[in-house]
This record gives sequence, structure tokens and C-alpha cells, in this order.
Amino acid sequence: MGRAVPDVVIPAYYITMAIITGIYIVLALSLNIITGFAGQPNMGHAAFFGIGAYTLAILTTRYEVAYWIAAVAAAVAAGAVGSLLGLISLRVREDFLAITTIGINFVVVSIFLYHPFFGQAFGIGNIPMPSLLGRTLDRGGLLVVVALAVLLVIWISRRVEGSWFGLALESLREDEQAAEAVGIDTRRFKVLAFTLGTALAGFAGALYASFMSFISPGDFTFPLSITILCMAVVGGLGTIRGPVVGAIILSLAPEVFRFVLEYRLLVYGGLLVVMMRLQPAGLLGRGSFLMRQVERWPLRGRGPAAIP
Amino acid sequence: MLAQQLVSGIVIGGVYALIALGLTLVYGVLRILHVAHAAVYATGAFVGLTTYQRTGSLWLALLVAAAFCGVFGMLIHRFVYGPILNQPRIVPLIASIGLFIFFQDFLRLVFGPYAQSFPARVPFGLLDLGAAVIPGRQVFILVVTLVLLAVTWFVVNRTRLGLAWQAVAQDAETALAMGVPVPRVVAVNFLFGSALAAIAGILVGIHYNSVYPAMGEVPAYKMLAVVVLGGLGSVPGTVVAAFLLGLVETLLVGYIGFVLPRDAIAFVALIAMLLVRPEGLFGKGGA
Repeated sequence: MGRAVPDVVIPAYYITMAIITGIYIVLALSLNIITGFAGQPNMGHAAFFGIGAYTLAILTTRYEVAYWIAAVAAAVAAGAVGSLLGLISLRVREDFLAITTIGINFVVVSIFLYHPFFGQAFGIGNIPMPSLLGRTLDRGGLLVVVALAVLLVIWISRRVEGSWFGLALESLREDEQAAEAVGIDTRRFKVLAFTLGTALAGFAGALYASFMSFISPGDFTFPLSITILCMAVVGGLGTIRGPVVGAIILSLAPEVFRFVLEYRLLVYGGLLVVMMRLQPAGLLGRGSFLMRQVERWPLRGRGPAAIP
Repeated sequence: MLAQQLVSGIVIGGVYALIALGLTLVYGVLRILHVAHAAVYATGAFVGLTTYQRTGSLWLALLVAAAFCGVFGMLIHRFVYGPILNQPRIVPLIASIGLFIFFQDFLRLVFGPYAQSFPARVPFGLLDLGAAVIPGRQVFILVVTLVLLAVTWFVVNRTRLGLAWQAVAQDAETALAMGVPVPRVVAVNFLFGSALAAIAGILVGIHYNSVYPAMGEVPAYKMLAVVVLGGLGSVPGTVVAAFLLGLVETLLVGYIGFVLPRDAIAFVALIAMLLVRPEGLFGKGGA
């Protein structure tokens, strides 16, 4: 994480942390649309984040495209590649799809790394900050934009969840054949879910590129995809609260675990195993220990927890 | 030059086959993408290296590493995969990735982050084939690999255990109903696959003369590509795909020169393959 040399040490640090966390929330929620709502494995989400970041970086630094147009283009570019993946997902399922998405991540990163157009290992620098009302934003301003993006993605997720689209995705996740049998066009909804989720990841990439002002292929490698997936899973896949909380916990975890810096990966890996072993639905997923407590809470007056 | 590259490709392909076989065996019976298999492989390399440094016997190193990792693999199944098999597919997959991260870091803490050399004295001399000269180390790797592949073929196709394995892979419930001791078959399966991975770890350590904690990083995911290329769960398909990949990688990188990094080739091939023939080289039925 690159930190600017700040005037006042602590606020700048908190702003940085808040921006990073916000971007992770957007990423976790966008993945949640694909993997949580539609139940399609995507282990290459960082690739779409990267496509968005590179699109913005190239358009703004080389072609002097206006910032927000470039940001929309970033979402469109990522969504376009994502819809291709959606088409692939019609043919390739489950574990095969999971491995394919891993492959897409490796291939996209190696294209960034090997093609001169993408700046190879040197990456792309001098990426501008967004401007609003004719004023170029500083980091505090970017934080506001990121916060708005988080709200936007939460809003989209809620809209999706409550809509016919969301119901179709849920049926797709639970039993694809049954969904098809009752006349749901599973093909269309799968591609739509991939397109929407990856486009949002691309938009997050645009914000990230501005925030870093310098990007290189190493920022979008496969371990990041795993981190994003873990955020959604640890929080509770398929819910909205889950990925948000998971993203907050795991993006602050490196800071909290700083005192065990040496053992950080050990703790992280161990945590994942223990979570999956004991709370596979995630901390706040349906039927998880915490949610059962919340639902049982007498003040809520909901009576006993629903049958899981 | 070409012959030399071919030999090198076959050596690499053989080692890929040993690693990927464990994954295929596990996938065949449990339908789990066993990413942590690569941690078993790296552990095998370190156990082998340590044994070799202490005793100076390469055969003993292979034996100890195989035994150690065999038990290691069984424990992974017993304590991690076993209890979460009924969860959605993504749960064991993430648990496996967590295990991989955990043990890779564990190796780093125990053995230090740096590469150690594996100065094995192999019981073979230089083999001169005219077109290609094969160093003793590569001869050793080839011999061990071919013997193990032959053993695997024999076990899968000619023993009761192999028959039981095939039955479980086809339909675990029916196999259980017919009296196949499914839990035991699965346990032996992990033992066998993990032992192969451990030996592969030692062979790779000898081949590159280096053993390091992150050596499983690339195989962890590349081997999944190999397994899919061969048709998930197909033993002969996996072996063929592994050799093909080893050859293609070596030839493209070393002989022709290629624009993509070596480790991306497997995935390019994978994506192309899945689009044309989703069931893999030897797979049966759709993906």
C-alpha cells in the first residue's frame, strides 16, 4: 500500500485506510453478485479490477480523455470481458469454471506484464485524480467518491436482490435445471450477472488507479482474487451485509495483525481453514452462529430462529 | 539442440504428471480441487532434503518424504476435508487455499525464506544418446518418474484397491452399498497421491538444485490446469496432459521463444481447450 507523505500524520493514514477498505467493499460486493447471488465461481475477479484500472490509466494519461468518461469506459471494458466470461460459463461449469477464471487472471496479468502497450513491468504512472465540478479532488475528496461508490453498489445489490433478476439468480444458484424447467432463461441471467459484477469491479479499478496514481501488473495478481473471494466468503456469501463486513475485517486485518507481522500469512491461512470448517456460511451468512444469535434476540421479537 | 529440449520437456512433464496424479485421484473420489496438494509437495521437498542432509541416502530421503507426506495428506483429509464435504463446493476449495497459505508460510518459518540447494549425488552417470546428452540427475528423475507412473498404472488398473477406487470415483454411494469400504479407499487415496507429490517435490528440487518454501506457488494452480486438460478425474488423461504441457512449455520457451511467460501457457491452453472440448482430453461426459 503506497502512503503519501502526509501533512498531519494520522488523518491521512485513516483516509488511506478508509479508501482501501471502501474499494475492497465494492470489490467484495461486485463478486457477490456473481458468486453469491448467481452461485457462479469466479476466482479471477482481480483481473477485471485490473482491466478497469488499466483502461482508466491508459485513457487519461495517453489520450487525455476526461476522467469520468474514462471511468465509465473502465467499467464498460471490464464488463465486456466479463460478459465473455459469462458466455464461457454457459459451456464450462462449476469446478471447470473456477479453474478457467483462475486462468483468466493469470493470462490477463501476463498480458499486462508482457505487452509494451500496458507498460510491462514498469506499469503506468501519473494517473490523475478525479475532478468534480471543475475541481481536481484531493484524497479526502476521493474518499467521498469511494464512499458514494460503496453506497451505489450496496443500492445496486439491494435492487438486484429484491428484483425478478435477483430471484432468477437465486433459482440459478439453488438448482439450475429446475430453474430452466420453470422457464427461466438461465443463460441470459448468468451472462447478466457476470457483466454487472465485473463492470462494478472495473469501476473500482478506476478509483484504485487514481488513488495509487501508479499501477503495475503485480497489483492485480491471483492472490488478490483470493483475498476478495475470502472477504465475501468470510462475511457471508449471498448476503449484502456479509461481504461488507468481510471486506472491512480482512482489509483492516493486516493492520490489526501488525504485531504478529512475521506470522501474518500463517494467521490468515489458518483463519480461512477454521472459518470454513466451523462457519462455512460465513460470519453473517444465513444460519451462521452470529445470525442465529441476532435472530433469537428477544428485542427483535421474531421468535425462534427459522429452520435452517 | 531439439533432442536436448525434448528430453528436458519429458523430464518436466513427468514431474508434472506425478504432482497432478494426486490431484486427479483426490478429485476422482471427493470432487475437491485440492490446492493444498502443492503444500504437500513443497513439504515433501523439504523433508527429503533434510533427510538427505542427515543421512546422505537419496533412496531413504525419497522413502521418508513419501511416508511423511502420505500421512500428512491423510490428516488433511481427516481433519479438514472430511467434515465439510457436504457443504457447497466453494467451501472445501477455500479451506484448501487457506491450508495452502498456512503451510507455505509454516515452511517459511521453519526453514527460512531462502532457497536451499539440493546437491544430490545420483546413482547414474551421464547418458549419451548421440543426439542428446542426458545428465545423471535427469536420468535419475526419469527413472524414478517412470517407475512410479508404472506403479500407479498397475495399482489403478490391476489391483483390488484400484478397482475400489474406480468404483468410488464412479458412484460413491453405490460403491458403499456394494460393500466397498469407501472411507478407507479415500484415505489410501490421499496417502498414495500425497506420497507421489512428495517424491515429485524432491525430484524438482534435484532438477533445479533448489528447494524453497514458495516452490508450490506455481504448481498449486498450474496443476489444476493440467488436471482439467486431461479431463478432471481421468488418470491416463492427466498423465498425457502433463507430458504434453512439459514438452510444449519447454519447446515454446527454449526453442522457439514465446511472448507469454512460461506459466501462462498452461492457462492459455486450458481456456482454449475448455472452449473446444470442455470434457478434456480423456474426459467422459460434459463439464
